[in-house]
Amino acid sequence: MTDAPKRTPLYDLHVELGGKMVDFAGWEMPVQYPLGIMGEHKQCREKAGLFDVSHMGQVILRGANVAAQLEKLAPSSFTNLKEGKARYTFFTNDNGGIMDDLIVSNAGDHFFVVVNASMRHQDIPHMEKHLEGVEVTEIFDRALVAVQGPSAENVVGALCPAACDMTFMETIVADINGVSCRLSRLGYTGEDGYEISIPEDRAVEITRAFLAHPDCEPAGLGARDSLRLEAGLCLYGNDIDNDTSPVEASLTWAMQKRRREEGGFPGAARIQKELTEGAGRKLVGIKPLGRAPARQGVEVHSAEGSPIGSITSGGFGPTVGGPVAMGYVAAGHGAPDEQVSLIIRGKAQPAEIVALPFVTQNYKR
Amino acid sequence: MTTYYSEEHEWITVAGDVATLGITQHAADQLGEIVFCEQKEAGDTFEKGEEIGVIESVKAASEIFAPLDGEVIAANETLTETPGALNETPEGEAWIYKIKLADPAQLEELMDLDGYKALIG
Repeated sequence: MTDAPKRTPLYDLHVELGGKMVDFAGWEMPVQYPLGIMGEHKQCREKAGLFDVSHMGQVILRGANVAAQLEKLAPSSFTNLKEGKARYTFFTNDNGGIMDDLIVSNAGDHFFVVVNASMRHQDIPHMEKHLEGVEVTEIFDRALVAVQGPSAENVVGALCPAACDMTFMETIVADINGVSCRLSRLGYTGEDGYEISIPEDRAVEITRAFLAHPDCEPAGLGARDSLRLEAGLCLYGNDIDNDTSPVEASLTWAMQKRRREEGGFPGAARIQKELTEGAGRKLVGIKPLGRAPARQGVEVHSAEGSPIGSITSGGFGPTVGGPVAMGYVAAGHGAPDEQVSLIIRGKAQPAEIVALPFVTQNYKR
Repeated sequence: MTTYYSEEHEWITVAGDVATLGITQHAADQLGEIVFCEQKEAGDTFEKGEEIGVIESVKAASEIFAPLDGEVIAANETLTETPGALNETPEGEAWIYKIKLADPAQLEELMDLDGYKALIG
């Protein structure tokens, strides 16, 4: 892994805007801009933040039976996914663990898939190997920009009126400044917003046009992480991985009824067993009651002092105004208001289990 | 009053028997927005190189390492409630400890302002 980090079509713009560039999953990305993580976070909750997510993998799937083929790899229903609709899902492995989480959209004559940057190298060959009769094409010539926040409709709608008519999890192709773009009304901040796939040669121009709106400011990976954590959204590699099942991760809402009952996806034996009998551990929200943030790896103890789990994501929540965390606790624990302690630098700190999300999601249904 | 600097981006001033210790503006800027500061208590003794506190920003946790041997006379308690002051006035009101030096000769191992400026470039 000595390859030089890759750059997105917006790299020069990030530098011009004062972005502090860091290596993330092999990409040189802005962790923050001069506004700072806290300011960018609040900007996104109150107005609109613009994130470059071009490092994520954009993939086009073409073939006669894409929906049915995808159901062999993921436990969601795709055969009933209507044209113009997107769905959150995950690839499972034979042990019922999660290989990656992704968004699948029915784009009419093809399916459009967005996977995590760090998992592109795994997911593309995985789809090529298992999706029979499906042509898998990774897109390298389009940027992906997320505009998120309560003002996102104003920011994007100013350049693309059709965006205003969309609802949560809808996807369309529409012109922005005369360029054909794919707009999807979704994101990963807990706020209303869009992800916009833009041809790379016009990406800087269109991004600048969004940023010219008085309500829109650039935001980096730091704010993206605190926003998704407050929204109770899992980060692949932290909260979900090859060992965690969708039942453990409280992601069963993404498995539609028919798939839960019929199975037919990798790891169905474990997942269906856990659906019936419950899982051995469960992902929950954990609110430290003091001021100390509890980071990934911190042990969670029961009120009686025995180890019951650990933190998988934790930090400071700018909208909450204090530390927030998520982690796994053993079955029999994890009911809201349960008092627990977190072992931070050797000392037990009080915390309690809370229902997720920490900040109410604000989607346009 | 002379100010001494450590390679760990701390400053120390000495007035009589009492030294004041804090982090530099450069350190605060690098850490980003500070949201938590954990300190030792009055009476705690420490040796050079020992961890004497933790500062957490929105990004990460960073330890404070003792630049010399000593004893805590007082911790700046305002930092518990307003850790963000460490971003605003780290070389002034947001000092971290008042300490009693065990061996004032250790000050000579630290840098002066010119030396510190050269370190941070």
